Amino acid sequence: MQPLIATREATPVTAVKPSPKAPPKPPSRREAEKPRVDPAPSRAAYRMQRVMLTPAYRLTLRVLLPFVISMSVVAVYMSDADRRDAVVLGLQDLRNQIETRPEFMVKLMAIDGASTEVEADIREISQIDFPVSTFDLDLETLRTSILGLPAVADVGVRVKQLGVLEVTVTERQPALLWRSRNGVQVLDETGIVIGDLGSRTLRPDLPLIAGHGADRAVNEALELLRIAEPLQDRLRGLVRIGERRWDVVLDPDLRIMLPDDRPDLALERAIALHEAQDVLNRDVSALDLRLAARPTIRMNAGALDRWRQIKDMVVETGN
Amino acid sequence: MTMLYETQRAMRGMRKAAMQRGVVAVLDVGSSKIACLVLRIDQSGATYQGDGAGSLAGQVGFRVIGAATTRSRGVSFGEIDSMPEAERAIRTAVQAAQKMANIRVDHVIACFSGAQPRSYGLTGQVEIEDQAVSEQDISRVLAACDVPDYGHHREVLHAQPVNFALDHRSGLSDPRGQIGQVLSTDLHMLTVDATAVQNLAYCLKRCDLELAGIASSAYVTGISALVEDEQELGAACIDMGGGTTGISIFMKKHMISADTVRMGGDHVTGDISMALQIPTAHAERIKTFYGGVVATGRDDLERIELKSDTGDWNHDRRDVSVAELIGIMRPRVEEILEEVRHRLDAAGFDHLPSQQIVLTGGGSQIPGLDGLASRILGQRVRLGRPLRVHGLPQAATGPSFASSVGMCLFAARPQDEWWDFDLPVDRYPNKSLRRAVRWFKDNW
Repeated sequence: MQPLIATREATPVTAVKPSPKAPPKPPSRREAEKPRVDPAPSRAAYRMQRVMLTPAYRLTLRVLLPFVISMSVVAVYMSDADRRDAVVLGLQDLRNQIETRPEFMVKLMAIDGASTEVEADIREISQIDFPVSTFDLDLETLRTSILGLPAVADVGVRVKQLGVLEVTVTERQPALLWRSRNGVQVLDETGIVIGDLGSRTLRPDLPLIAGHGADRAVNEALELLRIAEPLQDRLRGLVRIGERRWDVVLDPDLRIMLPDDRPDLALERAIALHEAQDVLNRDVSALDLRLAARPTIRMNAGALDRWRQIKDMVVETGN
Repeated sequence: MTMLYETQRAMRGMRKAAMQRGVVAVLDVGSSKIACLVLRIDQSGATYQGDGAGSLAGQVGFRVIGAATTRSRGVSFGEIDSMPEAERAIRTAVQAAQKMANIRVDHVIACFSGAQPRSYGLTGQVEIEDQAVSEQDISRVLAACDVPDYGHHREVLHAQPVNFALDHRSGLSDPRGQIGQVLSTDLHMLTVDATAVQNLAYCLKRCDLELAGIASSAYVTGISALVEDEQELGAACIDMGGGTTGISIFMKKHMISADTVRMGGDHVTGDISMALQIPTAHAERIKTFYGGVVATGRDDLERIELKSDTGDWNHDRRDVSVAELIGIMRPRVEEILEEVRHRLDAAGFDHLPSQQIVLTGGGSQIPGLDGLASRILGQRVRLGRPLRVHGLPQAATGPSFASSVGMCLFAARPQDEWWDFDLPVDRYPNKSLRRAVRWFKDNW
């Protein structure tokens, strides 16, 4: 195929004097026809394209082959135990580096709202060696273990900025002392034992209860103690009898025996009796209100003798 | 005859395999261009069985997903004359079409226009064995056709039963199940030069392609360029290609004759090139830009600059008027049309009830051709364009792609050929089971 317009070199109009160095330019000449490039693909290219258009080959070359190659490279590299260890070690090292960055380190524990003993307990049971990374800190376990302390009602544990582990403790408030065979124990208002007390005199401000099973009736005891406010100066404590009813023990060896049913009403009644007839200042050893229909007074021996003398005298007089 | 059965049946089996795979390429090996279309066959749409073309002219079953055209090399007069060149041209077209379709194509259906097709009308007659016509009767009547001696160097390209007659009723398209005594058939057989077919097959084999079918270009052009009623009532399709001009006559939706004039657009270009002494490529260019067959006064004024490359300034700086160009083109176009007229007359086209003539192919785009053709071929001449098919690029919708589109239709809905029917029982190769069963049936 010939091109439509032949390319020609422009004939120089002005004769240029040839420089001595450059060889003389050949006269203007038609360029030789360049053979046109055949657009046909070679047999190899044609076959290659057909192979590449085959779906199986395409899948193999694009997906399967890279996958197999990369997998085999990894497998060959990992087949050596030393290299495998090195890789695992490197990964662990990297992980460690990230974990021990100063941003993630906890340097100290701040405990709020706890008394000195409780704080010491918390520090003892948490057993954290500061500084420690936040990744190694199990806050939930720490919280459960702190909650296991008897003196702790509630606790919040969180990591604050600047590497502070903040432990916010709500302590149980001591409400009663419970004297039992194990000694004197401090109870909170729900009856849970907070701790032991060496002597009752250490906490003279707290009222005392005694008796087996008294810690399970703390609510009732507190209510009774509230009612017994007028007898505050004489009150020695409450005694749980038979795990079912209360005795109020007053100072000069006097008991008010309350029924197991509605002891508060009985106690109010006793106080009212006392205010009206000054019962409790008399020489009685017990005021028995267990039967509501029949309140009974147990007198002391001397009082009984006196009462008999008075009675006999009257009888004698009467004779 | 058995040889023919075997090769054609092998091709038909290949075509079925291609349909199963869903991808088939059609290849139009022409003298001026080689076009390759890649079709995606949708089996669900190909089940239309009714009469006529159906919705979308029966082309719901496929979609063109790749199309490529390349300048033809090594093909002249519709035949391969330089095998390596033609092979490379086919490779170019197939590769580009595959690239566009992004799928590999293994099966190709090819058509070519040359190889001197010759039509034969065959008749056969046979007595029906049972009362009703069975498949076997059709096989027997087809086998009873007396095949003329068409020469040992020729090969049958198409052999289509175009008509069945039962007793005195003619014009049956499907006589199966009908009751009668004597069944006769008319068969249209098209033979071509065996060497051309072998060359093409060898070329495609060198391109790693399986030949799944082969068709005459004149036939497939007729399928695509003639509308349905023209095919039904009778029409001739003139495919004016580059090296050859194909003629196919259709009647009752069957091709009844095909022929080829070994002249085409390349000869017009050659005339221009020789007369004006310019290169062929330039002659082709001014033919397509300024060509025509009817000169008007205006054409005297318009001058065409001629460019050639001899180095002689006077020779290279000439110009001609369009009227001169038309004066060169017209005699050759007239000669082609006259030759077509002769061939139509020889085929008995003037006895058809309807004498519609449809001009298509790249050569039919010469301005004023329909006027000239109607003076030579008769009044009822129109210019035909191929059907629209799914997915065909806009660039491939012109009349020069009529045969490519026809190949698509041919691939999707092939007509029944002789080899699609079963072999008659007595021609079965030695002692098959069916023959034994038949012997039992006959004797008890």
